[in-house]
Amino acid sequence: MKSTLIFLSFLSFVGLASAAGGGYSLDRANIDASDAESLQRGAKIFIDRCVSCHSAAFMRFNRLTDIGLSERQIQQYFITDDTVKVGDTIKSAIRASDAKAMFGVVPPDLSVVSRSRGADWLYTYLRTFYKDETATTGWNNLVFPNVAMPNVFSQEQGVLRAIHSTSGQSGLTLQVETEGSLNTDAFDDLMLDLTNFLVFMGEPAAEKRKQIGSLVIIFLILFAFMAWAVKREFWKDIH
Amino acid sequence: MLRPVMTWIDERFPMSKMVREHLTEYYAPKNFNFWYFFGGLAIVVLAIQILTGIFLTMHYKPDADKAFASVEYIMRDVPLGWLIRYIHSTGASMFFVVIYLHMFRALLYGSYRKPRELLWIFGMVIYLCLMAEAFFGYLLPWGQMSYWGAQVIVNLFGSVPFIGPDLAIWIRGDYVVGDATLNRFFALHVIAVPIALLGLVVAHIISLHEVGSNNPDGIEIKKHKDPKTGKPLDGIPFHPYYTVKDIFGLVVFMIIFASIVFFAPEMGGYFLEHNNFIPADPMKTPPHIAPVWYFTPFYSILRAVPPMFGSQFPGVLAMGGAVVILFLLPWLDKSPVRSIRYKGPLFKTSLTIFVTSFLLLGYLGLKPTNIWGQIGGGDVATLAAQLCTALYFLFFLSLPIISRLDRTKAEPDRVTS
Amino acid sequence: MLVVATGAVGAVGALAAISPLFVSMAPSERAKAAGAPVEVDLAKLEPGMLITEAWRGKPVWILHRTDEMLSRLGETAELVSDPDSKLPMQPDYAKNVERSIKPQYLVLVGICTHLGCSPTQKLEAGEASGLGADWSGGFFCPCHGSKFDLAGRVYKGVPAPANLEVPPHQFLSDSRLLIGDDAARS
Repeated sequence: MKSTLIFLSFLSFVGLASAAGGGYSLDRANIDASDAESLQRGAKIFIDRCVSCHSAAFMRFNRLTDIGLSERQIQQYFITDDTVKVGDTIKSAIRASDAKAMFGVVPPDLSVVSRSRGADWLYTYLRTFYKDETATTGWNNLVFPNVAMPNVFSQEQGVLRAIHSTSGQSGLTLQVETEGSLNTDAFDDLMLDLTNFLVFMGEPAAEKRKQIGSLVIIFLILFAFMAWAVKREFWKDIH
Repeated sequence: MLRPVMTWIDERFPMSKMVREHLTEYYAPKNFNFWYFFGGLAIVVLAIQILTGIFLTMHYKPDADKAFASVEYIMRDVPLGWLIRYIHSTGASMFFVVIYLHMFRALLYGSYRKPRELLWIFGMVIYLCLMAEAFFGYLLPWGQMSYWGAQVIVNLFGSVPFIGPDLAIWIRGDYVVGDATLNRFFALHVIAVPIALLGLVVAHIISLHEVGSNNPDGIEIKKHKDPKTGKPLDGIPFHPYYTVKDIFGLVVFMIIFASIVFFAPEMGGYFLEHNNFIPADPMKTPPHIAPVWYFTPFYSILRAVPPMFGSQFPGVLAMGGAVVILFLLPWLDKSPVRSIRYKGPLFKTSLTIFVTSFLLLGYLGLKPTNIWGQIGGGDVATLAAQLCTALYFLFFLSLPIISRLDRTKAEPDRVTS
Repeated sequence: MLVVATGAVGAVGALAAISPLFVSMAPSERAKAAGAPVEVDLAKLEPGMLITEAWRGKPVWILHRTDEMLSRLGETAELVSDPDSKLPMQPDYAKNVERSIKPQYLVLVGICTHLGCSPTQKLEAGEASGLGADWSGGFFCPCHGSKFDLAGRVYKGVPAPANLEVPPHQFLSDSRLLIGDDAARS
């Protein structure tokens, strides 16, 4: 019992330590990995908007069956190129050398971006682009200053400006300059769907992992009682 | 049916004799407590690592261009590959959890004292091999932390006077950490070190069974034997008593292990670091770099020692010394008693300070350097690390004096429960 | 006596027999051959900008320093431990205050002289760098906190023992730089 307590306190310590991150304080991404519709919407945004520049070289299209899509649907709605098969991985539409010439860097592969950045970072990053004429693309970002990527969602989000203020973090707050096609809540929901999908893509087996895990833990707890009973039976003569 | 087979074997190989010597007639003290689970658990974790490692090797490619992708291939395309990989990565960290607790047990009950010096030394060599094994293995996923971790550690050898730079090139097999380095680290990780580890574990156990197990009272159970049977009065056969007890301990351990594997395999970035999901980039060091948690106490010692005579070598020496000094423990402790139960206030205070500084060094090592200067303002963290480093070594250097001066209690004649 | 001598000869033989294994770990011919010089076009490198090129698997920085950046080298001269580049961390032709052939173009191997991490660029002076208001611009190593100024000179009191290395290099024309070969100069 003592051992369990020690480990529980160790676990809670680790949890606390990981919550502390440096730099810009991030908005919490309230994603729900069991929400198949949100994941499917996120997948659609990802394929339509991100894949023009980014690849997901470890992610196969048919893995989308894990979020409730059939292979026929994937072929129909997610694959535009006839030469691409449903078992292929997701490649970007732009050639790496062209992208390098346009943006100065090759856009990173996004297969495991959620595992290096975290959901909160992605969710905040996607929503904090602002117009900045001094930047090469004309866009800057609060969580990723001088990022090489422009705001691809400016049509939906509208155009934001960074205003110097003492209340905002790092001395900046964002203000709407031009309204977009979506209001703030609707746009946040859209980015939440995208974040949800990126997290799914980072580890497609995550849900299965937790399902198997519950069974394994239940089995082990039952077995622990049996092992304890055997131990007590053998040790009853030892004083 | 079984008996003739056993007889046939025993005439050609001492099977029954070995079972008797190491299991059914190996007498262990009856008063083992919680701390005595970890030796057995370490063996189980070693078995888990070897087994999962074999199956990871079937899919992994030790090639700088393919390594990162092959790990993701295991995580996604290989059926249940993610499970095997998570067991292996969790096992690496849990190995150190278990070994650190196992070593702490020896510190508590004086298990390194005569006649168990060689047992302790075998254990320390196992610990060294384990550190090497973990370091080599950590390069294999070929992420940013893999790459820059290897870069820093190999360059530590580069700071050795005169031969350093050539030594570092010889270890890497190239002028920078690259494909040659990955390939040889793979060879060392899957063949060389595991063989050494297995041999050392056998030596550790043979040595243990030769001198007999220590116990929380730190007294010899061999002093009181049954006059008729010649068996120790306070001893019980390892099998079945400790096998059934250890199985229970193992199942509890497995619950913790499985909780991590299935519900927190990254362990908040401490077991699998976030930056290691970015492929290795020799052009760019990630802004926050820290070694995996089990190396951080020694890493802090390295950072705490300032460069002298234009060289980092003193820090490297201090780090190496922090491990080497553990080997000398059996000869530094001069106390008339073994166990902390009968040791005096001086040793108890000293051990508490030592463990606290070790944990604090570990904590400081996790924090990036640019944050070091910010904890409490100024260079408080650096000073704290230097203080803890001094206290770490002071524990060993003062032990011969403390253990002689200390007000110890009389050891009991027979084990207490 | 004979036994000892035989044993010694046997030991020498055994050592000789395993020595090839250790020799085989040295860099291969392929690794040795991989160090070809790299040519860089400087025409697009605006003042104040830095580009990174790979040479022998290491990052090499080419920084186009502005006059303001160059003037700050005077400020840092007192803060760095080797202001006159006495240690052999550069070719002789770069042994000057700017540590370069042409003052505005700084060419450095972007590897910390401490334990080989690649320092982060903190070119801007002042508070925005995150290194305090008195920061004069330069490079900061994330691994162990070493600091370097805009000529790659190491600050006092940090772990790194020496200035960042200036690789052999030469200008083929006004806007073309060759890294890794300085045959025309020496």
